[in-house]
Amino acid sequence: MISYILRRLLLSIPLLLGISIVSFAIIQLPPGDFATTYQNFLINQANMSPVDAEKAANEYRKIYGLDRPVYEQYLNWIKGIVTEGKFGYSFAYKQDVGQLIAERLPRTLFLALSAHLISTIFGIVIGIYSATHKYSIGDYAATVFAFIGTAAPRFFLAIIAVYFLVIELKSPYVNRFVSPEYSFAPLSWAKFVDILKYSWPVIVIAGFGGIARNMRVMRGNLLDVLNMQYVTTARSKGLREDVVINKHAVPNALHPIIMYQGTVLPYMLQGELEAAIVLNMPSLAPMFYSSLVNQDIYVSGGFLLIYSVLLVLGNLIADVVLALVDPRIRLS
Amino acid sequence: MNGTSTTDSLPLLEIKDLRTYFFLEKGTVRAVDGVNLSLQRKTTLGLVGESGCGKSITAMSIMRLIQEPPGKIVSGEILLRSRTFGQVLDLAKLDRHSQTMRAIRGGEIAMVFQEPMTSLNPLYTIGDQIAEAVQLHQKVSKKEALERALEMLVKVQIAMPKQRLREYPHQLSGGMRQRVMIAMALSCNPSILIADEPTTALDVTVQAQILDLMRQLQEDIDSSIIMITHNLGVVSQMAHFVAVMYLGKVVEYGTTNDIFHRSLHPYTVGLLNSVPVLGRKGKKVLVPIEGIVPSPMNIPPGCPFASRCPKVMPKCREVNPELQEKESGHWVSCWLYE
Repeated sequence: MISYILRRLLLSIPLLLGISIVSFAIIQLPPGDFATTYQNFLINQANMSPVDAEKAANEYRKIYGLDRPVYEQYLNWIKGIVTEGKFGYSFAYKQDVGQLIAERLPRTLFLALSAHLISTIFGIVIGIYSATHKYSIGDYAATVFAFIGTAAPRFFLAIIAVYFLVIELKSPYVNRFVSPEYSFAPLSWAKFVDILKYSWPVIVIAGFGGIARNMRVMRGNLLDVLNMQYVTTARSKGLREDVVINKHAVPNALHPIIMYQGTVLPYMLQGELEAAIVLNMPSLAPMFYSSLVNQDIYVSGGFLLIYSVLLVLGNLIADVVLALVDPRIRLS
Repeated sequence: MNGTSTTDSLPLLEIKDLRTYFFLEKGTVRAVDGVNLSLQRKTTLGLVGESGCGKSITAMSIMRLIQEPPGKIVSGEILLRSRTFGQVLDLAKLDRHSQTMRAIRGGEIAMVFQEPMTSLNPLYTIGDQIAEAVQLHQKVSKKEALERALEMLVKVQIAMPKQRLREYPHQLSGGMRQRVMIAMALSCNPSILIADEPTTALDVTVQAQILDLMRQLQEDIDSSIIMITHNLGVVSQMAHFVAVMYLGKVVEYGTTNDIFHRSLHPYTVGLLNSVPVLGRKGKKVLVPIEGIVPSPMNIPPGCPFASRCPKVMPKCREVNPELQEKESGHWVSCWLYE
């Protein structure tokens, strides 16, 4: 098992390199660069003449190597990551990108993993209920809920959340990740509760689609498994119906949910991204968004790289868990 | 059907006018439509008939494993002389989830299914799955239950039983899995073993081994067997009594000898004629039964076999004949013998 994990990790290195090349190329696609943003800023905000502004912008390009060919910029970036662990320099934040990400990544991971957790738990539990109460009112209600959950765009749900929180409820718990008094406090129960007060809308919105999807997958699979012969065998032993379902049927229906865990982490990050941007939660998401607008390339690149690492890790974890659950995979 | 047997004791299991219907959107399927059966102690009853005649549904009804909805035991009695409860219980009247029914299911009546490849849960070891049944019906520790499981695996003559205990179903062949199923079913000393086409999915050589094994074990364990099959060869080897089913009804019942050598019902005769027999003399080796089975959703009035019967009379299409004892212990439902 350990050699398998190591092999998978080694294989992921060329994969990540490939992803970094593609994402760097895509980031460079739009016309202009951060110097263009800078130039516009000088003209509009600092009342500089267009000629002077262009001169300043060219100066800027020289300093930060933006005038070099794209492949050279890419190689320098990767060299920085591999040799010094530096993810480049953020023009907008005037700070090392690694530092920026390190500051905000835990928040994003907390939000995304919480959303993941509730979507898995609620999705599976409601899915089991739905399958064992097929065509009941509860099942229909869950189905309607699932359709809404899958169809409703998350940014839209976030806008509704903003409306209710800010305008209707006049909630003070917006725009931040944690109250100022806890900002530098060590993590404690009180701080955790405070964080939850700010972050629950983002978690719920990011997790909502996941609940819906997990529920439908769980319902469909469990219905299939309940028709399997070994479930009848379990009943024929004289087992209680709840034992038949929870011990013999549910574990066999979990496969696709576990496999789906591999792709769900980036999916949850994306949900967190949409919700957090609208709700202005200072996690990685708004930073990534503004970096794309400003063409703050190393921030975008760093973010995409982190995103890919999570995707690769998520898939690896899913495969390992699947092997742990299923002897047919573990023993072959 | 009291007193139909050659043994003097009362029947262990008696089914009276059992009706199990399935209420589907397309209509009502009368899968079991007035079945009468009795099972004597330590005997084997062969339940034969074509696919869809209600053999398996009868067995599932006895086990109370019919899913409700869409299925339902509409009427009839399933009388079991219960060892555990020391009285006659009507299983048809019990709640299928009740503690009493669960004690009987697996404890007094155990079942082996047709599909050994899918009958075992892929996620648990053989030992765990047998031990689970043992612990459910006997107050023993996990360790003792596993010892009992090992003992059963030895009894069903599996090679390397100790190792099998820790193995998973996918590591076993079909024949071995069926042995495991038999071991599991017999682990709690049931008084009745229902075997639903236990050899259909297996190779012919393995079939013979499994049948031999079941015969041996029956002598060992003193249980009655209900052998469901469409294979008349299997029935002639295994059964003491045979019930022939057609479209949800028992059309003929008697000793194996009666059914095979003095068959009365035209359907039974047709069934026997359609089986290839090595060295049979005569011009026509195989005679198929003409026509197809009517849909159980739309059973015509009268005798269910009327539409295919070579000896059909006008009366047959109007009134269904009752199951009647024509000779001692030989019952038939046919107007020819009124």
